[in-house]
Amino acid sequence: MKYISNTPAEQKQMLQEIGVEEISDLFQAIPDNIKFDRSFNLPEALSELELRELVKEKAAKNLDLSNFDSYLGAGSYDHYIPAIIDHLILRSEFYTAYTPYQAELSQGTLQAMYEYQSMICELTGMGISNASLLDGASALGEAVIMARRHTRNSRVLLPKTLHPAYANVARTYGEPHGLDFVDLPLEGGQLKLKSLENELDEETAAVVVQYPNFFGSLEEMKKIAELLEDYSKALLIVAANPIALGLLTPPGDFGADIVVGEGQPLGNTVNYGGPNLGYMAIKDDRRLLRQLPGRLVGKTEDVEGETGYVMTMQTREQHIRREKATSNICTNQALNALMASIYMATMGKEGLQEVANQCYQKTRYLIARLTELEDVEVVNQDNHFNEFWLKVDRPGTSLEEIEQKMCERDILAGVNLAELTDQEGLLVCVTEKKTRQDLDNYVKSLEVVLND
Amino acid sequence: MTEPLIKEYGSPGRKGYSLPELDVPEENPGEKLPAGTVRKEAAELPEVSEVDVVRHFTSLSNMNYGVDSGIYPLGSCTMKYNPKINEDVARIPNLAHIHPHQKEKYVQGSLEILYELKQYLAEISGMDEVSLQPASGAHGEYVGLMIIRKYFEKQGEERTKVIVPDSAHGTNPASATMAGFDVVEIESNERGMVDLDSLRAAVDDDVAALMLTNPNTLGIFERDICEIQQIIHDAGGLLYYDGANMNAVMGYARPGDMEFDVIHYNLHKTFSTPHGGGGPGSGPVAVKERLAPYLPAPVLQKEGSQYYWDYDRPDTMGKVHAFHGNYGVMLRAYAYIRTAGGEGLREITENAVLNANYMKHKLKDTYELPFASDSLHEFVLSGSRQKKDGITTANIAKRLLDYEQYAPTIYFPLIVKEAIMVEPTETENLRSLDRFIETMKIISREIEEEPELVENAPHNTVVRKLDEAQAARNPDLRW
Repeated sequence: MKYISNTPAEQKQMLQEIGVEEISDLFQAIPDNIKFDRSFNLPEALSELELRELVKEKAAKNLDLSNFDSYLGAGSYDHYIPAIIDHLILRSEFYTAYTPYQAELSQGTLQAMYEYQSMICELTGMGISNASLLDGASALGEAVIMARRHTRNSRVLLPKTLHPAYANVARTYGEPHGLDFVDLPLEGGQLKLKSLENELDEETAAVVVQYPNFFGSLEEMKKIAELLEDYSKALLIVAANPIALGLLTPPGDFGADIVVGEGQPLGNTVNYGGPNLGYMAIKDDRRLLRQLPGRLVGKTEDVEGETGYVMTMQTREQHIRREKATSNICTNQALNALMASIYMATMGKEGLQEVANQCYQKTRYLIARLTELEDVEVVNQDNHFNEFWLKVDRPGTSLEEIEQKMCERDILAGVNLAELTDQEGLLVCVTEKKTRQDLDNYVKSLEVVLND
Repeated sequence: MTEPLIKEYGSPGRKGYSLPELDVPEENPGEKLPAGTVRKEAAELPEVSEVDVVRHFTSLSNMNYGVDSGIYPLGSCTMKYNPKINEDVARIPNLAHIHPHQKEKYVQGSLEILYELKQYLAEISGMDEVSLQPASGAHGEYVGLMIIRKYFEKQGEERTKVIVPDSAHGTNPASATMAGFDVVEIESNERGMVDLDSLRAAVDDDVAALMLTNPNTLGIFERDICEIQQIIHDAGGLLYYDGANMNAVMGYARPGDMEFDVIHYNLHKTFSTPHGGGGPGSGPVAVKERLAPYLPAPVLQKEGSQYYWDYDRPDTMGKVHAFHGNYGVMLRAYAYIRTAGGEGLREITENAVLNANYMKHKLKDTYELPFASDSLHEFVLSGSRQKKDGITTANIAKRLLDYEQYAPTIYFPLIVKEAIMVEPTETENLRSLDRFIETMKIISREIEEEPELVENAPHNTVVRKLDEAQAARNPDLRW
């Protein structure tokens, strides 16, 4: 299938109108010496039925999450997704549209983005949100170079408690702009405050804090904000899990200047890590707003005084400002932001609190039960949201073996920290989808595995 | 006819969700967590029922227009039909419900698909190695330029400039800045192509790369591409191909054969994945062998029959996404390429070019065609002939909406005054092309006969012309 609807007769008619013999005549501008003179070395075309069969066959080589009781998180979270989300985003007027360049025929997308921006502000306690960025990590990358432009400083303090992939992306984005990244060590699953105190100076552009951090712990947000008060220039960038904000004090209350993060937990599937959405919210500051990357939707009126929505403040953007734009971003993650919007609306004020509370309580329960086991330790047993750092110290049993044996019991026990960091242990994630029975089974299985 | 905000449907205590009862003991989170970290007041999210949400977003969708609604001739955006089977493929549970931290052995089926997709993208472009990590076209540009940056760094050369034609997409110069380069803009010649003298004058030892899309944004194939590449390569620079316009050349020319060193694709353009109201897209980057070491880590590789992510990339430009990019978009593109087949991709390009040329031919007497050179999948008209009547291209675009058709890209490329950039794509048929052509002619007549009708357009949309100046002056960005 090629989804071409003109018939050969129509094609011929069109060629006659144009005044050429063959379709290939339309390609005369391509010099002969670079013309592609063979067929593609690609598989033969498939019918829809054959495609379905082929993909099913390949899909069968996967073992998806339905085969396991999964405790994987570390940046991608398997929360419950209300059924209406997929039904609504399959309204083709949403998903087959593009960037709303013609506002009057794109009011659906535009109003949904305005609502998205509003709800992100409510959740984060910030004044302004853009209409999405590419993912959480690239949003942090954009945030650090934004801090560079805003402060003209170059030092960025990155705690070792930040998701390693986020740190990597931030460094990639920052390197061409002369950013000087300083690692802050960790202590017991939190960033070491003393080192922050020592490293903060007048040359600091930003301090990045993940909330909750990569290991699942909450940093001492209040103290961090207090330390920053002595340095007028340095920005506080918080990378926050939006679901956690159903329970936790919003970063805006701690005086965050920029809040970024991965919006995937809000109604988006894990989907092997993409498409997700990055969100970015800033405090209500005109100067900072001028440095904001990405699209913004604003409310306005039409000639008859009716309310409507448009893309606005576009003089920050690449299609107007070109090399002087605040970012190169054009296409964002609009459909994912729509999913996040529908999720936030559906769960609503109470639902988001309940999801967050269930995540917390179930994590708490699992930690309490696990720490009853011998040789098992949870580094952040009292300081967590829905992830924790599990250490197992059983002589003669490696973590890899434990992971493998848990797997044989259909449990994905967590993310092995050694794969991503220089730390040891498992990063275990619990969402509201877990039942007490699942959690008891995890504990029992680990006990059996350890005594094997 | 406006739709209330979702929160206006709300009533205190109204709910639209259900969750199982909490089945573990409940503790007060404030007891253990660091002081001040438990939220005192709930976020003011809507309190609405499921029906409220469904009706609200259905109503919003009715105020929108997509490719499924009709022609969407946005130039350089390739708004082709999005096959429904591809949506089904991306939703197959064992493909979709996998976690990025699952071990490779559990996701071999997906990795096989991605690996094959990489090979197809290499073949279609004539390049050697591919990264699927960039999540959009601009992201791909950035990655491509960072690869170039890293390459010269390793060669011990300090090259600070990137040359960009004045007809380039705005993302090109913006990406160059993001990658730390200085942008040198060169003018196009009277044929709408890169001016070789300007290019020669701009080239020196500081030039890292030339960014070019071919055909360019006028839809015109840069005939001098061989000279262009010679000039750049002789000066020790590299050639970057903006793949936004791949729909114009598949099966007829390959960037690799034109001696480009780096290219990014837009899977959401060429390979039919839906644009989602502004995203998600996917912007894979393909490079020649000598640049492969600098691709973002990890790179998908195969050993024997096993697929794995290769993280051991000491010279990598870094990383631009937390995981592996927009996987769900890649599944759709894979499905598209498999259903089209190699010969099909060529036919797709042929019909995209045929449709555009037919439209151009039919409209060039009514609207000014500033560049007469042969064009491929898109063409650029100017509303300047109509402008003398006080009507702008923006008015023409708004009037099109009254006829329930989306408007072309306007005021771009910047080198054409009152630009109207039309890309019909191959999935439009003669009937819809003729309808658009006829509408454009009617509007031109209206400008002569009833200019205020066009000037005050749109009339039939859910809202009339919106005040963008007010929106920018007094930003109202949230409720």
